Amino acid sequence: MRRRDFLKNTALASGALLVPAFLKPLEALAKSELTDYKNLVIIQLSGGNDGLNTIIPFGNDIYYQKRKTIAVNQSDIIKLNDMQGLNPNLSALKDIYDQGYMSIINSVGYPNPDRSHFRSMDIWQTASDSNQFLTTGWIGRYLDSNCQTCKNPYTAIEVDDTLSLAMKGAKMKGIAVQDPNKLYQTTREPFFKGLVHDHTAANLNEDNLGYLYKTMIETYSSADYIQKTAKTYNVTAEYPATGLGNQLKTISKFINSGLQTRIYYVSLSGFDTHVGQQNQQGRQLKIYGDAVAAFIKDLKQTGKLADTLVMTFSEFGRRVEQNASNGTDHGTANNILIYGGKLKKAGIYNDAPDLTQLENGDLKYQVDFRDVYATLLDKWLDVNNSQVLNKNFAGLGFV
Amino acid sequence: MNNIRQVKHLWSRAGFGMRFEDLKELEHASVKHAVKKLFGTGSAQPIEVVKVMTDYAVLTKGDATAKKMFLQQQRQEEKDLNIAWFNQMSTTDAILQEKMTLFWHNHFACRSNNSFFAQQLNNIHRENALGNFKTLLFKVAESPAMLQFLNNQQNQKNHPNENFAREVMELFTIGRGNYTEDDIKQSARAFTGYGFNKDGEFVTRKFVHDDGEKTFMGKTGNFNGEDIMSMLLEKRETAWFICNKLYKYLVNEVSDPAHVNTMADVFYHSGYEIRPLLEYIFTSAWFYDEKNMGNLVKSPVEFLVGLNRQFYLTYQKPEVLLQFQRVLGQVLFYPPNVAGWPGGKNWIDSSSLMYRLKIPSTLLNSGLIDFTGKADPEDEAYIATVRNMQPIVNTRVQAQPDWDKFLQGVPKNMTKAALAEFLLEPKPNNGLLNSVDLSANTKAAVIELVSTPEYQLC
Repeated sequence: MRRRDFLKNTALASGALLVPAFLKPLEALAKSELTDYKNLVIIQLSGGNDGLNTIIPFGNDIYYQKRKTIAVNQSDIIKLNDMQGLNPNLSALKDIYDQGYMSIINSVGYPNPDRSHFRSMDIWQTASDSNQFLTTGWIGRYLDSNCQTCKNPYTAIEVDDTLSLAMKGAKMKGIAVQDPNKLYQTTREPFFKGLVHDHTAANLNEDNLGYLYKTMIETYSSADYIQKTAKTYNVTAEYPATGLGNQLKTISKFINSGLQTRIYYVSLSGFDTHVGQQNQQGRQLKIYGDAVAAFIKDLKQTGKLADTLVMTFSEFGRRVEQNASNGTDHGTANNILIYGGKLKKAGIYNDAPDLTQLENGDLKYQVDFRDVYATLLDKWLDVNNSQVLNKNFAGLGFV
Repeated sequence: MNNIRQVKHLWSRAGFGMRFEDLKELEHASVKHAVKKLFGTGSAQPIEVVKVMTDYAVLTKGDATAKKMFLQQQRQEEKDLNIAWFNQMSTTDAILQEKMTLFWHNHFACRSNNSFFAQQLNNIHRENALGNFKTLLFKVAESPAMLQFLNNQQNQKNHPNENFAREVMELFTIGRGNYTEDDIKQSARAFTGYGFNKDGEFVTRKFVHDDGEKTFMGKTGNFNGEDIMSMLLEKRETAWFICNKLYKYLVNEVSDPAHVNTMADVFYHSGYEIRPLLEYIFTSAWFYDEKNMGNLVKSPVEFLVGLNRQFYLTYQKPEVLLQFQRVLGQVLFYPPNVAGWPGGKNWIDSSSLMYRLKIPSTLLNSGLIDFTGKADPEDEAYIATVRNMQPIVNTRVQAQPDWDKFLQGVPKNMTKAALAEFLLEPKPNNGLLNSVDLSANTKAAVIELVSTPEYQLC
């Protein structure tokens, strides 16, 4: 098909572009080089997940006093110890927890918390202070750090149509891949082949035009590598037929095929439960719990769980006291859920949230979220956290 | 001598790109004449698509159904406002005024759930886009949208909230490094009590205003908010800060200190008049230096508006424009934070570039789209009320370019190489020229040209 023929029948699909063979610098490595290749999977719950109805402090009477109509009945809660338990919609995670593959970090937040969705998400994604505006994401800056294992343009993949700020560095950016085949097909359309063949060395200068061409070429090359690698492995495990289920299945395919990607990013939205929270949050938690449980079991089966760490966060938790519409409004500190085959401290990592010492009706944070990031950077991604977080954080001991 | 390259550069920076109908008018114009024409393009009308202020009482008093309805209406208004401004930019003759409105929209970046307030602030930006910066600053500082966004409703005597005062200095006027933390504390006191009433009118609530003595930037007095802003404008650093930002918006991402300095002189000595500053920029020889041409990455809005204008696009379902804005990373009225969109290379990643390369042919050939983009975090409350969200699959764009009008404007016997030079700001390379030369006709050549990396620059 000629380029102009393509233009007559164009379809706009996610994916990317092309490069002549002589410019293809990034070839797949042999699988033998890939043993012990550590992966980090980040699951973002958008909208502010209500942590208190996720990991429920049923042992504290205040929980029931403040949440007269939306508290979960004691008898329904899946108890983890005598204070905290899982929301019944997370029942699939019970096994995972019992096997020591899950760690719950309570009361994670930051000083001077912001209750606006976009600002707080910005803070979590850029790892900034609450009065600081950064234009790069923390994973993006990890890519910029140019460490031994993060040089490839496919080092960080977001399984989505578009790329989150978290994944954008000043020099390097992650790549958004919802479906590796679709990405590959799009980049191989004749139109793009034409574009890439037409380019000259002059197009690769340090200026903005050079940057555009470089991005195009890298995407072309990555699309090829990702598709070729991913198709060598078929996921046989069962996954729930949900958006998140499919995304985690795609990540399993990537990990098991030996893709040299270190960070995967996905998001699940629908957690802003101001009204009628129980049903809405329940549905979302079920989607989340079932998908994550399937993913962990799958990786355990294939022997990749020891090399994988999963972190789930949300931009903030919700207020301790419910509102008048059987919902909850924006709050502050929240729990972070970690999963992995080699956790140093599985189970409940620190004390349950203190429901008595509140600040304007909100939980006080006990752990800075950047200490969680620092742990991941230092102990899992092999880069000094101060390089990425702009100052040094002590980190935690969950891994 | 033919100045068309210079005039085209001017139109791409001061407006949203040159159309063939503009070319007809300006073909033989001198730069001076073109600048004059630019300032004579009339004045833009305010946007008045959101008619009444939403009643927020529903959110506290209403039942679940009323709240749901409220959220839906709020969403509809946000959509209407966004599309109304898009249409205005896409069809107006007052290109410079809209382009500067977009600049102030980013400079005084603000989000408001209340579309009536958002519209009001947008009209303040527009009305003063080419006027006086002091007037603009004062009006922005009195707008409910900004007062709410920067928490000044909570800024009260004995309980100061410093957010507003901090951003006025850090982002709106003088910039970092020119004030102390104590200046912020003192000026926050001066803004105490500044807020708005339930009708959305600016009020200074005397009983929560701190009228005591403050020491700000070395001066002591019973300053109020206006005093603080006037003192900030007295500092030449403020003129420099605005000019530096404007230089990056209109001239080059890498600012030239000498040029910014002369701009700051013009701005400061005119008492912060915006129009003479712009005239100075557009008539300066350096504005037309080779290194300042064809090197700025178009923002998604500039990119989409440019296409709308060039091809006289109309949309049966204008909501698709919101979808485009989302996947390209710039939704009007939804800046990422008070610092605005970072711009430049930040616009481009593997997926956004891919969409940019494909959107033109999709629009011009009624193609399909099969992406949704991520929801803005602020949409989460709405999403949580809507069950069973269906992902959008293969939606037809339903956009209609006016090819007749476009092709009528193309000069007779225009070579394909000349076409490339007209539609692209950077110099097209030989490979591209050869490829375009093989295309069947003008229409095919045009679609190819606007689907290139070069077209992303202005």
